[in-house]
Amino acid sequence: MPDLELLTGGEAVAHAMRQVDPDVVPVYPITPQTPIIQGFAKFVADGKAHGELIDVESEHSAMSAAIGSALAGARTMTATSSQGLALMAEVVYIAAAMRAPIVMALGNRALSGPINIHCDHSDSMLIRDSGVVQLFVENAQEAYDMTVLAPRLAEHPDVLLPVLVCQDGFTITHSAEPVELLADAAVRRFVGEYEVPHALLDLERPATQGPFAMPDYYFELRRAQVAALEAALRAFKDVSVELTRLTGRPLTSVERYRLADAETVVVAMGSTAGTLKEGVDALREDGEQVGLLRVVSFRPFPRVAVARALSIARTVVVLDRADSPGGAPPLFAEVASALYGSGTELRGHVFGLGGRELHPEDLREIVSREAPTYVGLRSDPCPA
Amino acid sequence: MAALSAWQQLEPGGAIVRADTGRVRTGGWRTGLKPEADLPRCVDCLLCWLYCPDSAVVLDGTTFAGFDLDVCKGCEICAEMCPTGAIEMVPDA
Repeated sequence: MPDLELLTGGEAVAHAMRQVDPDVVPVYPITPQTPIIQGFAKFVADGKAHGELIDVESEHSAMSAAIGSALAGARTMTATSSQGLALMAEVVYIAAAMRAPIVMALGNRALSGPINIHCDHSDSMLIRDSGVVQLFVENAQEAYDMTVLAPRLAEHPDVLLPVLVCQDGFTITHSAEPVELLADAAVRRFVGEYEVPHALLDLERPATQGPFAMPDYYFELRRAQVAALEAALRAFKDVSVELTRLTGRPLTSVERYRLADAETVVVAMGSTAGTLKEGVDALREDGEQVGLLRVVSFRPFPRVAVARALSIARTVVVLDRADSPGGAPPLFAEVASALYGSGTELRGHVFGLGGRELHPEDLREIVSREAPTYVGLRSDPCPA
Repeated sequence: MAALSAWQQLEPGGAIVRADTGRVRTGGWRTGLKPEADLPRCVDCLLCWLYCPDSAVVLDGTTFAGFDLDVCKGCEICAEMCPTGAIEMVPDA
């Protein structure tokens, strides 16, 4: 029986950070990310983590300091949520373009307005095209495992990009579950020494970082960034296989749940997948051939794996926890693109904005809806 | 003019390593004035080297050895900083 601890997702990630023991952590507090950095700050104060914790004055500064330290030659981590990520967004693009392998814990939270502190994925989608890796976890255990994995993926020589470990605000960050931690030494061995190709503080090999790029080079540098993000799929596979040898728990870019003979497949990300698994089980008991495809890696999007997993489905139902006003919701758009030309019937619904809950029993009704809808939206007045 | 690199050949993040920096001749940005040193007045304090925002001040060990006009942009900071007035800005022929 493994050694289990009762931890919230935020606490589990703080433990992962303590074990990775990054050199520099520039960070600014924001709900629901705060428990992550509070937990890590306590580890630093207690001498259990040895990096430099920088209390910066904003998230814009947090990411700016993170770029500097990651490129100087220091393993760097940070954390944020919602408005923090919005303020950081300008610099997130630059971190990706400068190929700074920063690991960030993201507690997904709805963007203002109206101001709200609960979960949806609109903050992640704001930086969808920034060129960073975004991995959505389902529970506290996976938040821990993914945070241990993230430095290896970020620092992989084919990748060298920021990696965001996205966990649903409150649902994961603040909910305690039994979590199995690896031994500190095992994590240290797994992450190894930090290395970047042109560390600014490597005086033997000086380099200019982040040069101005005119029309003669901008396009080429953007193309190289696309290649790096696409290489992250392969690198993720390799690194996750290595981690699974230590944990016994698989981490994959997509998770297939009861798909083998599924006629209707629901596609979702994050903690909602856990809820939907219960819904799938209930429908299966009634003889309905329903399955779930959980997308873990939203960026890079595993097009081929998604298309293959959905190839036998007659109907695919995509549940987005973010909307794109005036256009297609982001996960729906990706799945539609992956399935283009397949003839599969595709439906999409938006749910859970601003922390609106979804329950396992909702699935029965969701799979019966044909037109795009807003799941759980109140269209008629009802008693409080 | 060096050939333009294909996208696959670029360093991550477009980093410019030392081997490539020599090809970037930014001295052409000067707009009419260049620094000239009056060597007998130079006391090798190296303030010009310290304050030069590029790498236009050339040293021989710890001795001032002149200017690299391939990268000097004529900003005049060295002439301003020089405590003995040994650096003068002169027309860039």
